[in-house]
Amino acid sequence: MKRFTGLGAAGVLLILAAACAAPKTGPVAPELFAVLPSKEGKVGSIVVNSAGSSRVIDTAYGAQLIQPSGEMVGGKLTEADVRASFGSTLQALPGRPASFILYFLEGKDELTVESKKELERVFIELARRPLPDIVVIGHTDTVGSGPFNDKLSLQRAERLREMMVFMGLAAERVQAAGRGERELLVPTEDNVSEPRNRRVEINVR
Amino acid sequence: MSARSTVIKVFVAGVFALASGAVAAQDIGQVKVAKGTVMVERAGTSQPVKVGMAIKTSDKITTGADGSAGITFTDNSLVSVGPNSVFSIEKYSFDSTTHAGEFEGSLKKGKLAAVSGKMVKQAPESMKIRTPSAVMGVRGTEFVVQVDEPKSN
Repeated sequence: MKRFTGLGAAGVLLILAAACAAPKTGPVAPELFAVLPSKEGKVGSIVVNSAGSSRVIDTAYGAQLIQPSGEMVGGKLTEADVRASFGSTLQALPGRPASFILYFLEGKDELTVESKKELERVFIELARRPLPDIVVIGHTDTVGSGPFNDKLSLQRAERLREMMVFMGLAAERVQAAGRGERELLVPTEDNVSEPRNRRVEINVR
Repeated sequence: MSARSTVIKVFVAGVFALASGAVAAQDIGQVKVAKGTVMVERAGTSQPVKVGMAIKTSDKITTGADGSAGITFTDNSLVSVGPNSVFSIEKYSFDSTTHAGEFEGSLKKGKLAAVSGKMVKQAPESMKIRTPSAVMGVRGTEFVVQVDEPKSN
């Protein structure tokens, strides 16, 4: 039998019926809802609506249990409770989508020295995922004509794509696109050389 | 009407049929993790779930005692299903330009963990999880749900 304590003044025990030996004959199966903190420690919220009542959970490990009687009981789990009950479920969560930005030398499809180093970090991140889907989007600054920048941005994205395929990623899982000078990271006038705009965005899912 | 224009009309009709078929069975996510026994029921047939498999609206995922599966959806929502679970995707839509969307999943039994994605950031509670006795609206990020089997005497 598993007990979830910390239920405030009443000192009620939340008993998770999954592990409860006593037979239950209520109309519904016990249901449990809980909010988990993110890796960065942020806590979101969910709202549980059942049998005409509505309960918001907005604290880390905050929980609502719907008992077989249909009654909703609020409580709090511990990190250990969650690990014990949801360990294999949480382990199956796919990797969080990630995004990286790499910068290029002016007018070229060659990465800056710093970004060449950063690329190694990107590859390490990619290697951690069993089946990554990657979208590489190339951008330019406003130096040069629109059509020239469209071509250059695609060339930058394609260059990265080739490197990834060379590193062993399946070609069909890596898409490349060029956005020219349409999505400036730093807004500028036309014909302004801006290193932060000469970039590719790598989105990994 | 010439034979040639008939051929063209048939061809065009065929292309439209293909296009609308593609929309009806659009990929809404992809299986990133699959361990143990995991099956998907789609259009009346059941097949084993494999890593890399595309997920579609109306898919019903069932796991065995040793099974678990993780799916990444097109709006970056992440959902994993634990052992002895039945989870169906009842509705799903996502507009990658406006980030508007709708996600309705149903956990009949078992365990689920999820991290909400872009549509919830755009509109809280656009993602909902139904259970046999509740409807849960997602206002943000990470949560778990467990539905036990009813006990009988």
